[in-house]
Amino acid sequence: MEHYNMNLTLKVWRQKNKEDKGGFQTFQVKDISSEMSFLEMLDILNEQLINEGKDAIAFDHDCREGICGTCSLYINGKPHGEWKGNTTCQLHMRAFKDGETITIEPWRANAFPVIKDLVVDRSSFDRIIQAGGYVSVNTGNAMDGNCLPIDKNRADDSFAAAMCIGCGACVAACKNSSAMLFVSAKVSHLALLPQGEPEKRSRVMNMIAQMDKEGFGACTNTGACEATCPKEISLSNISRLNKEYLFASLTADK
Amino acid sequence: MTWKEVFTSSVGKKLVMSFTGIFLILFLVVHVGLNACIWANDGGTMFNAGAHFMGNNVVPRILEIGLFVGLLLHIIQGIMLELSNRSKRNVKYAIDYGNQGSKWYSRSMGLLGTLILIFLVIHLADFWIPNRAHQGFLLGEEINLYEKMKLEFSELWVVIVYTLGCLSLGYHLAHGFQSAFRTIGVHNKRYNLMLTSLGYGFSVVVTFAFIMMPWSFFLHIIQ
Ligand code: SF4
Ligand code: FES
Repeated sequence: MEHYNMNLTLKVWRQKNKEDKGGFQTFQVKDISSEMSFLEMLDILNEQLINEGKDAIAFDHDCREGICGTCSLYINGKPHGEWKGNTTCQLHMRAFKDGETITIEPWRANAFPVIKDLVVDRSSFDRIIQAGGYVSVNTGNAMDGNCLPIDKNRADDSFAAAMCIGCGACVAACKNSSAMLFVSAKVSHLALLPQGEPEKRSRVMNMIAQMDKEGFGACTNTGACEATCPKEISLSNISRLNKEYLFASLTADK
Repeated sequence: MTWKEVFTSSVGKKLVMSFTGIFLILFLVVHVGLNACIWANDGGTMFNAGAHFMGNNVVPRILEIGLFVGLLLHIIQGIMLELSNRSKRNVKYAIDYGNQGSKWYSRSMGLLGTLILIFLVIHLADFWIPNRAHQGFLLGEEINLYEKMKLEFSELWVVIVYTLGCLSLGYHLAHGFQSAFRTIGVHNKRYNLMLTSLGYGFSVVVTFAFIMMPWSFFLHIIQ
C-alpha cells in the first residue's frame, strides 16, 4: 500500500491516579506516517505535550514487537485495535485514515485498576500465576527431546496455549471481566505436558480460587475473548480447564 | 477442596448452571413431545391421555419435584451469577465492544432468562396450577386440558405472549445448549462443532414446535 500522512483527532482517557475520577481529553496530531506504529504515534504526541510543558500520557509498553504482553489500550472499542491477532505495539497507522477520530481507553475491569491514564495494574495476573502456573519439581537441565515421548497433537495444543502473553485483552473484552481465557491457557499449557501432569489438579483449583479472589467474573462462553486475543488463544482451552476442574473436584482427597 | 469450595467457585457455579440446564433441556424434550399429541387432531383424546398419565403416575410426579428443584437452582444461581458478573466492571467503556466474536443472545442470557421466568409464571398459572389442583387432591374432577388450551388460545394477545415467551426460550437455548457442554468440559473441536449444530437445531425445532401450538388452536388448524 502507498505510504501516506494523516492528521488525527485523539480522544484519550486521562486519570491522575487510582483515586482520581478521570475523563477524556482531546488532542490533535499532524503528519502521522502510515508506516508508524500506534505507539510511535503516541510517542510523537507525548513529545509534543512535553514541549508544551504538559504531562505526558502514561501507557504501557516494553518489547514493541508483540511478544511480551505489556502493551494494552482499548482502541475504538477493541482491545489492541481492530487488527485480528495483533498487539497494540504491532498495530500500524495504516489501519487508520486521514481525519479520523481515535478513542483510546484503558482496560476496564475492577481487577485491573487504573494506575495512571492508560496504565492499569495487572498484578492480579501475576498472583494467579503464583497460585499454580508453574511446575514445582526441579527439572535440572533440559532433557534430550527424544527421551520424553509426547504425542504431537498434545505438544501442539500445549504450545498454542503457551503462546499467551498475559496481556489481559481477554478480560478487557469480556462482558463479565472474566480471566478464564488467560487462566485456561496457562492450565492447558502445563496440563498437556508430562512435566505439568502431576500437579494438574491442585493447579487448576488454586488458580481458579485466586482468579475469583482477584475479582474477575465467571465465564459464560460468549467468545468475545477469543476474537480479541492477540495470540488467538482458543476458547476450547476454557472447556479443557472446566474438564480439569470437574475432574479435580471429583477426585479430591477431602 | 471441599464441595462447598467447589460449588461457590466461579467454575462450580457455572457447573450448577450447566447440569440444571441440561436437565431442563431434557424436560423440554418430554414437554414438546407430549404436547405434539394435540396434532393427532382427535379432539384431544391422545393429548388428554398423556396429560392424565403425567399427572397420575408416580414416576413423572417424582421427576416433577426434581424439575422444580432444578429450575429453582437454575434461576437462583443464574440471577446471582448475572449480578456478580455485572459488578466486575464499575467504569464502563465509552465505546462498546459489541458483537465481535460473540452473539447478542450469548451476552443477554440474564435478560432472556428473566423474560422466560415471567412467561413461566403466566404459563404455570394458566395450565399447571389449575390442572394439578384438580388432579386427585383439592377440587376433584380432572380438567379437560385440551379444551382449556383451545379456550386460552382463542385470544390473540395470549397467543402473542406465548410466541414471545417461546422466542426468548429459543434464543436462551441457542447459546445455553452448547455453553452447557463447554462448561462440563467438552473441549474436543469436533464434538463442540457437533454440539453447537445440534444446539442450534434443537433451539429452532423446539421453539418452532412450541410456537405452532397456540397458533394451531388460534387459526383452527386443529379442532
Ligand atoms: S489469552 Fe490472549 S488476550 Fe488473554 S492474556 Fe493471554 S494473550 Fe492476552
Ligand atoms: S509491547 Fe510487548 S507485546 Fe506490545
